[in-house]
Amino acid sequence: MKFAVVVFPGSNCDRDMYYAAKEALGEEADMLWYKDANLDGYDAILIPGGFSYGDYLRCGAIASTSKVVEQLREKAEAGVPILGVCNGFQILVESGLLPGALMRNKNLKFMCHFEDLVVENNETIFTSNYEKGEVISIPIAHMEGNYYCDEETLASLRDNNQIVFTYKNNPNGSAADIAGVTNERGNVLGMMPHPERAVEAILNSADGLKLFQSMLKNWRETYVAGA
Amino acid sequence: MLQAPEITPEMVEQDKVYREMGLTDKEYDMIKDIMGRRPNFTEIGIFSVMWSEHCSYKTSKPLLKKFPTEGKQVVQGPGEGAGVVDIGDGQGVVFKVESHNHPSAVEPYQGAATGVGGIIRDVFSMGARPIASLNSLRFGNLTTDRVKYLFEEVVHGIAGYGNCVGVPTVGGEVQFDDSYEGNPLVNAMCVGLIDTKDIQKGIASGLGNTIMYVGSKTGRDGIHGATFASEDLSEETESKRSNVQVGDPFMEKLLIEACLEVIHSPALVGIQDMGAAGLTSSASEMASKAGMGMEMNLDDIPQREANMTAYEMMLSESQERMLLCVKKGEEQEIIDIFRKYNLEAVAVGTVTDDKRFRLLHKGEVVADIPVDSLAEDAPIFHKESKVPAFYEEYQNMPAYAPNVTGHADMLKKLLQQPTIASKEYVYDQYDSMVQANTVFSPGSDAAVLRVRGYDKALAMTIDCNSRYIHLDPEVGGQIAVAEAARNIVASGAKPLAITDGLNFGNPDKPENFWQMEKSVDGMSAACLKLDTPVISGNVSLYNESNGQAIFPTPIVGMVGLHESVSHITPSHFQNEGDAIYVIGETAAEFGGSELQNVLEGRYFGKAPAIDLEVEAKRQSELLEAIRSGLVVSAHDISEGGLAVAVAESLFTGKGFGANIAVEGELTAALFSESQSRFVVSVKEADRQAFEQAVENAHYLGTVSNQGKLVVSNGTEEVINEEIEALQQLWRGAIPCLLKSKA
Repeated sequence: MKFAVVVFPGSNCDRDMYYAAKEALGEEADMLWYKDANLDGYDAILIPGGFSYGDYLRCGAIASTSKVVEQLREKAEAGVPILGVCNGFQILVESGLLPGALMRNKNLKFMCHFEDLVVENNETIFTSNYEKGEVISIPIAHMEGNYYCDEETLASLRDNNQIVFTYKNNPNGSAADIAGVTNERGNVLGMMPHPERAVEAILNSADGLKLFQSMLKNWRETYVAGA
Repeated sequence: MLQAPEITPEMVEQDKVYREMGLTDKEYDMIKDIMGRRPNFTEIGIFSVMWSEHCSYKTSKPLLKKFPTEGKQVVQGPGEGAGVVDIGDGQGVVFKVESHNHPSAVEPYQGAATGVGGIIRDVFSMGARPIASLNSLRFGNLTTDRVKYLFEEVVHGIAGYGNCVGVPTVGGEVQFDDSYEGNPLVNAMCVGLIDTKDIQKGIASGLGNTIMYVGSKTGRDGIHGATFASEDLSEETESKRSNVQVGDPFMEKLLIEACLEVIHSPALVGIQDMGAAGLTSSASEMASKAGMGMEMNLDDIPQREANMTAYEMMLSESQERMLLCVKKGEEQEIIDIFRKYNLEAVAVGTVTDDKRFRLLHKGEVVADIPVDSLAEDAPIFHKESKVPAFYEEYQNMPAYAPNVTGHADMLKKLLQQPTIASKEYVYDQYDSMVQANTVFSPGSDAAVLRVRGYDKALAMTIDCNSRYIHLDPEVGGQIAVAEAARNIVASGAKPLAITDGLNFGNPDKPENFWQMEKSVDGMSAACLKLDTPVISGNVSLYNESNGQAIFPTPIVGMVGLHESVSHITPSHFQNEGDAIYVIGETAAEFGGSELQNVLEGRYFGKAPAIDLEVEAKRQSELLEAIRSGLVVSAHDISEGGLAVAVAESLFTGKGFGANIAVEGELTAALFSESQSRFVVSVKEADRQAFEQAVENAHYLGTVSNQGKLVVSNGTEEVINEEIEALQQLWRGAIPCLLKSKA
């Protein structure tokens, strides 16, 4: 399986995402600079965290206007799995590829620590290796991770099982404790916590690895004959 | 104002304009001699920043020479952007600490933020990828609105810059004492990783080669920052606000990636960041180090503001700027690499062979200075030194004998002292895990980062107990180095080297200078004994407000190596049933202790004693025991003594408790700050082997699953407290102080 990691100016979890795919998962991965990225030929696309364009204007807002996002839209439309983490989630939301918005944390401060997440939906291509209701330990590191959407959107997220991860102890004020959501089709996942930082026991948790393993398993089942 | 360009060389001399820039009459005369004529306004400005304490170390140089700087592990000692230590496999670890005290006192957010940015540039300008930041902070007590504001904004500034730039902030320390009320300390340390073959130098060699400028445009911010850092803070300090630079971490992030790509280009000759004294120091130092000269055309300097004078451009400390020396004719290769990152590299000058530093502006030569005179000819002062009366007084006092009645209540009080209390409020705001190498994040004795792809890890810490140094700078200086090494050893690593951040008051006062001398003596002795040479450092003097100096605060940043990741040892207890030991001897030593602070509100008497022979032996025995797999957890004993160390070892949230018995006089057993001690836990089955491996290990009791700390003394139970309740007090103390009304 071949992963693309899209690198924007100011992305800073790009290498972490690359190593998660390449070393922890053991698959192919490339880091693609946003200017000349060609997303054709990749089996999944990873949008890493960081501070694209310094988070100036609004987190993810400037990156969402870049040309590569046009390609992202096409790939999303075509059903290619796309994972956006932290600033990657913010970019996907700003691009309209995912519903809702990310506001400043309720305590107005940056926060970084491990959080317990509950796997709400294990019937996605990102979470099938988890048990439903499984509690996993994944770090967060953000200032704007307070997920917001209106009542109507929240109801439809619930109806369509788009809420994939929730916080066990909501740290940032997110609506309905939401930590990660998919699009309606289920091939685009955005989440504030960083699974790529929790792929080896030495990093204090390997709970994030199953997310990448789920992506691999589903790709194999779909595309590799006899898998 | 200083920037009037119409000030003639005659006026500079007659009106003694140079005094406003921090130069003395004698220094002016020296400069006039060097130049063979009256220096003009721009030239005298250039001399004033290069000869400031911050750039020239003119006061501290005689002391810095005393530091041991050599060792077989040292690849690059002091003199370049940062020092480098060998860690095997062709890799080196690069690190340095730098102060940003005065800017942070005036504009805490930007002062702290640009401190982080500056030290990161020092590291990547060596060609290393910055992998970790640490910081050491000092504030007054959290009782006034001003101190709370400074504390909160400094932390915001460090977070705002460090998080964005993608370098994890993995460790640090914060202490609170009245002496820092008007003059907080903000020392930032950066650690980088490099393949030693890629080490860069800040040199401008090769006649005719091109000098290129890259990064943020030059504005009027930070003019005379280096001079500002070299004088006392006063009531007028607020008016210096315009001297504080403004940081752009996004620009820095682009520069990191671009520069780490550029270092692999054969077109690059040398690279240096523009730190203190900006363009002046980077350009003149690069030429001077290469034994060459340099000519720059200031019309080509990218400028953010209109009508900037030569003086303003040369003295600006605008952030996120780098200066490169590039092979003539190969400029385009460099331009293209930077363009990828939306950065512009601009040719601004050439290397000459006349050893002159010549600047042109609007068709005129605006400065023409012998380049070596800037970096090398600054006068060296041998300041007067005098033993302070208070030191004699402290030494002659009878040993301080605290009177403690309720030991459990005292433990609770100590755990809530802000210097001891959890710093979670601070470090939760720092991204401590980006780059995905962090094994132990803040809250451990030392931060630990694995080295990706190898069976090894790096331990790092930053530490200084200035109370002991106030009482006795020589002993306190020894303790500062020894304690940093204890942190590294407790995590299972071998200490490699240190960077020193020397923060003192006004050196013109003989008592202050004596403190500097003695601390350096103490640190040097410990560095020699523990084989941790000084590879880089920073000096910050004139840390005074309204005539009162801070406690002498020579901060020690130390890095160590785990030769295998299996040696990585946590500071918390891990298993029920493990045996708890204290390693080392306890005497009744309370001078400078947290207990003395609680009971008396001040520090007096003798600092705790330290025997460096014992320290070295104990550290090596413990490290050997850890490497042999005999130690489950290890935590050094520092402020608050054994009781606090045991309680901290239990703050895991896993429901552990401890049943321990202490011997001897209870107050000393629990709260003394005797040196060279550790609390460790050991598997029951390994007790005998451990006791044979480590001398002076005293069995205290066992880790329980009862969630209680139970301490007995003889037949009496003296403490019986719920760990969860103690942890709440410890965790809640700083947020509680911040919320309470002044």
